[in-house]
Amino acid sequence: MSKNLRTTNNKFIDQTSRISFKFDGKKLYGFKGDTLASALLANNIHLVGRSFKYHRPRGIMTCGSEEPNAILQVGNDPSMTEPNTRATEIEIYEGLEASSQNCWPSVNFDLGAVNNFFSPLIPAAFYYKTFMWPANFWKLYEYFIRKSAGLGKSPTEPDKDIYDQRYLHCDVLIVGGGISGIMAAKTAAKNNLNTVLIDDKNTLGGTTIFQENECYKINNLYSNKWLKKEIETLKSFKNLTIKTRTSLAAYHNYNYLLARENLTDHLDLNEKKDKIRQRLWKIRSKKVIIATGAMERPLIFNNNDRPGIILSSSIKKYIDYYGVKCGQKVSLFTNNDSAYETAISLNNSGVTVNSIVDIRDKTNSLIVKEVDKLGIKIHWKSSVVNTNGYKKINSIEIMKLSDDGAAVVGKKIKVECDCLGISGGWTPRVHLFTQSGGKLKFRIEDNVFLPDKSKLDQISIGSCNGDFELDEVIKNSVYLTNKFLEINNNDYENLEIISSKEINKKNIWLLPSDKPLGKTKPFLDFQNDSTANDIKLALREGFKSIEHVKRYTTTGMATDQGKLSNMHALGIIAETAGVKMGELGTTTFRPPYTPLTFGAIVGRNVGKFFDITRKTPMHDWHVENKAKFENVGQWKRAWYYPKDNENMYEAVQRESKAARDSSGILDASTLGKIDIQGSDASEFLNRVYTNAWSKLEIGKCRYGLMLNEDGMVYDDGVTTRLSENHYLMTTTTGGAANVLSKLEDYLQTEWPELDVYLTSVTDHYGTVSICGPNSKKILSKVIPDLVLSDEEFPHMSFKNALIDNIKCRVMRISFTGELSYEINIQSSYVKSVWEKCIDAGKEFDITPYGTETMHLLRAEKGFIITGQDTDGTMTPVDLQMDWIISKKKYDFIGKRSLYRSDTIREDRKQLVGLLTEDPKEILEEGAQIVAETNKKPIEMIGHVTSSYFSPNLNKSIALAVVKNGKKLKGQKMFVPMKDKTINVTITDTVFLDKENKRLNA
Amino acid sequence: MKNKYSIFSLIKNAFSYHENWQRAWRDPEPKKEYDAIIIGGGGHGLATAYYLAKKHSMTNIAVVEKGWIGGGNTGRNTTIIRSNYLWDASAGLYDHALKLWEGLSQELNYNVMFSQRGVMNLAHNLQDVRDLKRRTHANRLNGIDAVWLNTDEVKKFCPIINTSPEIRYPVLGGTLQRRAGTARHDAVAWGYARGADAMGVDIIQNCEVKGIKRNGDSLEGIETTKGFIKAKKIGVVTAGHSSVIANMVDLKLPLESKPLQALVSEPVKPIIDTVVMSNAVHAYVSQSDKGELVIGAGTDAYVSYTQRGSHDVVEGTLKAILELYPIFSRMKMLRQWGGIVDICPDASPIISKTHIKGLYFNCGWGTGGFKATPGSGDLFAHTIANDEPHKLNADFNINRFISGDLVDEHGAAAVAH
Amino acid sequence: MFLINCPYCGERDQSEFSSGGEAHIVRPKQPTELSDDQWAEYLFMRKNIKGVQFERWNHTHGCRKWFNVVRDTSNDIIHAVYKMGEKPPVK
Repeated sequence: MSKNLRTTNNKFIDQTSRISFKFDGKKLYGFKGDTLASALLANNIHLVGRSFKYHRPRGIMTCGSEEPNAILQVGNDPSMTEPNTRATEIEIYEGLEASSQNCWPSVNFDLGAVNNFFSPLIPAAFYYKTFMWPANFWKLYEYFIRKSAGLGKSPTEPDKDIYDQRYLHCDVLIVGGGISGIMAAKTAAKNNLNTVLIDDKNTLGGTTIFQENECYKINNLYSNKWLKKEIETLKSFKNLTIKTRTSLAAYHNYNYLLARENLTDHLDLNEKKDKIRQRLWKIRSKKVIIATGAMERPLIFNNNDRPGIILSSSIKKYIDYYGVKCGQKVSLFTNNDSAYETAISLNNSGVTVNSIVDIRDKTNSLIVKEVDKLGIKIHWKSSVVNTNGYKKINSIEIMKLSDDGAAVVGKKIKVECDCLGISGGWTPRVHLFTQSGGKLKFRIEDNVFLPDKSKLDQISIGSCNGDFELDEVIKNSVYLTNKFLEINNNDYENLEIISSKEINKKNIWLLPSDKPLGKTKPFLDFQNDSTANDIKLALREGFKSIEHVKRYTTTGMATDQGKLSNMHALGIIAETAGVKMGELGTTTFRPPYTPLTFGAIVGRNVGKFFDITRKTPMHDWHVENKAKFENVGQWKRAWYYPKDNENMYEAVQRESKAARDSSGILDASTLGKIDIQGSDASEFLNRVYTNAWSKLEIGKCRYGLMLNEDGMVYDDGVTTRLSENHYLMTTTTGGAANVLSKLEDYLQTEWPELDVYLTSVTDHYGTVSICGPNSKKILSKVIPDLVLSDEEFPHMSFKNALIDNIKCRVMRISFTGELSYEINIQSSYVKSVWEKCIDAGKEFDITPYGTETMHLLRAEKGFIITGQDTDGTMTPVDLQMDWIISKKKYDFIGKRSLYRSDTIREDRKQLVGLLTEDPKEILEEGAQIVAETNKKPIEMIGHVTSSYFSPNLNKSIALAVVKNGKKLKGQKMFVPMKDKTINVTITDTVFLDKENKRLNA
Repeated sequence: MKNKYSIFSLIKNAFSYHENWQRAWRDPEPKKEYDAIIIGGGGHGLATAYYLAKKHSMTNIAVVEKGWIGGGNTGRNTTIIRSNYLWDASAGLYDHALKLWEGLSQELNYNVMFSQRGVMNLAHNLQDVRDLKRRTHANRLNGIDAVWLNTDEVKKFCPIINTSPEIRYPVLGGTLQRRAGTARHDAVAWGYARGADAMGVDIIQNCEVKGIKRNGDSLEGIETTKGFIKAKKIGVVTAGHSSVIANMVDLKLPLESKPLQALVSEPVKPIIDTVVMSNAVHAYVSQSDKGELVIGAGTDAYVSYTQRGSHDVVEGTLKAILELYPIFSRMKMLRQWGGIVDICPDASPIISKTHIKGLYFNCGWGTGGFKATPGSGDLFAHTIANDEPHKLNADFNINRFISGDLVDEHGAAAVAH
Repeated sequence: MFLINCPYCGERDQSEFSSGGEAHIVRPKQPTELSDDQWAEYLFMRKNIKGVQFERWNHTHGCRKWFNVVRDTSNDIIHAVYKMGEKPPVK
């Protein structure tokens, strides 16, 4: 550590606790409280990166989130490394490793710097004008462009850290813990408002907390001393929450804000483990006070980008807060008074300030007089026209400005320095205000955009509202806060404030040079390497809108989002185009304010919490019995149960055969179940299903098809009439929630006159479905009291029953075409009933089967699966289910749509069966069907929707939708695959037991 | 063409410090009358004007734009270009566009950076597999270069995807169209604008349409913030604002305008070299030439013209991104924004005449209009010039909503048994 | 993300609700009497207003009640909320 760059300033930095860290592999030391930037500067390291396009050496330029240059890769671990991290925001910790980005082989010797030599050839947007020949070479050009672009490196392994989210509701949220934010927080808290104060730094106090200057006093105390006392008093308020290291990321409509709290980034490497790294606060605040301060502007002149050129206020913070000298021989270049504060601070710490270059005519404010007294040379009405030094500034060249400021005149003076502080005035941080939808107004006297109208309950106070002088900040913040909170706080009424007042103001957006503009490099956007020349080029080429210029030159689109460059870009556009800045408008500030980790946005919703997993009551049984599972919506459904080394095909063949030969058992609990009650329940069903329901007897079941209002099949299922005014509807597994919502919608909004109540009971009951010729015998063992004769308990009917004194409902319905019973019982008893059935079925070799076998069995019978055999474009007529459309009913959902000119067409795609010429050949689901293979272009007349090898028929079967299919029965068609064409014949959709004999077997 | 762009013109201009470049387009005041006016200076509108001038010799035309050209959805989208659509009509439309994309940089003498890095669509459940295979088969027979990849092939093509069977919705395969990819959105608008301008088309920015003047069933012209402009033919290409224009002539369209959000990460060195889309978990991502991860979020399910959606949508999208790419957890969102997309009930566009003579609409592109830009412009120009649709856009007329012949591109309906 | 004042539950985050689109489009009482054009008008055609729009919302993750909202779609400001069947407020 170069000791001579540290002062013995111990206020904010704990100089007793030394911390080691690595930069570009080199071990260095700093102190607790240092940022990586302050620690690097203390080690006399300015050069930390290379610019995006020209690979020019770049150094630390600021001390905050607006930093454009010091963008580093932190960490080496492939899972924990983080690209593009601002050195000015990282608090150093034991074990920190950081490295520079976008340079090869090193930041000191970067081969990419050859780009700087070619820079005349690559002005803004050059890439739109070239790389077009030869046409197919773009791929190659692009490969190299991509390789050279990008900054840091993405991690390559999953993040080991955890992230968290919390909600926060409050009366007042204050963003920014500077002097005005602190006064506002105290005012709000004192008046019993539930108040939250957040600040992105680790300590409160903003810039005032290190302002120790004779020119700025409150009640005869240095402003920092006074503020420190104020901060002390905040501790007594229980209704005030203070969050430091918390950065406001986004300000959305209705005072909904997102803030990221850093919890472990500042901790030593071995202390970080198993702790939450970042927490995203989702804040809903009744009122919001923005007190985010202002940031200093750079000045735009030739070669203003060299390492060692730093914002003047940052130099001040480094010396006054961190006790770090940015140089030994410092020059300052300014257009306003604030650089004079820096001069005093440096001087107090024993740093030589060898010159101040001020573009203004002589001015006599309090603070300028102070500097004058120190004997520092001030070059009035002058400009820096060039800087020298490749990897670090070593001198500046100064010339006098002409009266109109458009040119430089006279003799060039060269002044040696190892650091240049620049100050172009101040830009209020209005980002959050505009993010929230607020409109800006322009103040001409100091060229700032200020908050104007907002529709939200919010105000801006302090320098983000355009108050830059201590007395104004205090006076206006107090007034605005009191008014906004509708309270009268007298605490700050009679403060005695000393504050230097800026008398002269002058601004030149692009400072003149002694060289023609084309030969200079006045940088605007330091990270994206766009210069004033680029802006002028864009304007010359007809890009007039600020958004066009921004996009054409990429100004303001780097990781700092143009925090430093936007104002100058606007200024230069306005000047060049002869437009008033206020009329030009600004570009949109888009959230987030500073880049926000994906991890924090997502919080805990990763891995097993990505989505809910719904399991049926007998899920554990399936797991124990080695079932493979299928995701159906959020449900886990048993897909098939492989025995020994069976693959899926073998397992399904076995299960399918068993179900038809003896008995099978299926977990049907996932089907949606809606309990429908009320005196108009029958009428309601009439309106929502295509078929008629009024005459359905109590105790009977009926299959129903539900359409969308545009006539397309939407859902299906069996509904049972439990009593006069009580039905139980089943829906598809995936459709359950949507069906309920849709029914509620009609009920509440279109048919409020109907006395009907809907309740989802999907999770309340589980369903055990047993099927096959032996299912009756098994059921009679499980429920001996139940009479199962076809006369007493025919197909499509239901009975209430008791199993071990627990009520259950038994439906005799079938989706397989076999004799089949479904037992519905309260979820908590389902697993035991399932096991009972398995036990009872042992002698019949009862075989559990999964969804795949269910699909196969129903396909043998030609039963559709909505969503598989339908795709939102099929009407019931298309499905050859004309029988289910009641001719008598006046109306039902979707009825009218069935009679439109294109829905009544005879040649629509219709559901058919398909048999392959080779019975062993199984068609691929989704395969297309053609009538002629030689026709060009080939005409697809349909596609395969379901396809299986049927062990019961010993041949492959398929369902398909085919244009005009009804009329094509018996016709030969082709299924052209990539490597072969399969011959098929169109058949009826029912392959097995056309007479439905098995239902009563 | 004035001022041809090439490496040679760059070198030549370097000597004069780039001070002699000509304007890419003029900034004209509107004439009193045009043969046709295109409302909307986005990619589709500018392309329409370009092809009207180029292929139909209609050069006395204007494009009027409320703000700045390319400032709507053209400049806000995630630039995915593909043509692997299910239905013949859509495949025809989008592949026509894709073919135009393939020669667009040369056609316009403007590098639109069409980058054929492939687009992969992932399947996460069995119905996804069926649907995507169905699409792949249809694509193959339609001459579109889509292929099915199994899970291992997916992993091989894009190694950073988490294809572990242990994740909540494992990747069961996917389709890949290699000719698909991305392009530079701004360049498309600017390239067409420059090309159209060179043929005499007036591009009038900051000119908001306030009304459409009719005389009985025919059109007289438009009222704008720059005065009344006469025209007998008007093509409306205003995306999310289509209904706003339609309401001026009491025309109702089958559209709802909804917020669609997108975001980019900070730029990093190349990490993903293709475009990956996943409908089931809703995440799609590519990496721009600058190095940013470009991530498309979903639409909010309500009408809004605010160009901002809800944070939940962004959170949901990033959740899915981290499910498929857990390595991106430490990456940071740099910028997020919203656009307004006009969505048709069948998720297909409208490129159509209306019952008002001379009034044409090109709208309803929903979340996927960018990819169609050249084709959409070409076919809309044909429709306007001939007062009847080209066969490639005949199916995309407004009447399909009356007759019931929708082009449903939602894909198969929700999975259900 | 805006807040919606559910007439049954009070003010809640928008994420608890789902939109049902334009309000006061009454389902025709006699659909079969309508021409294809008229039916399409009901089924698909929307004003899709930029500005003050009357629309239907459902408190999906709450009381599951449907109600009406008057919202300015250009800035998402909600002017009024009223129950189904109640008279809409005058603009």
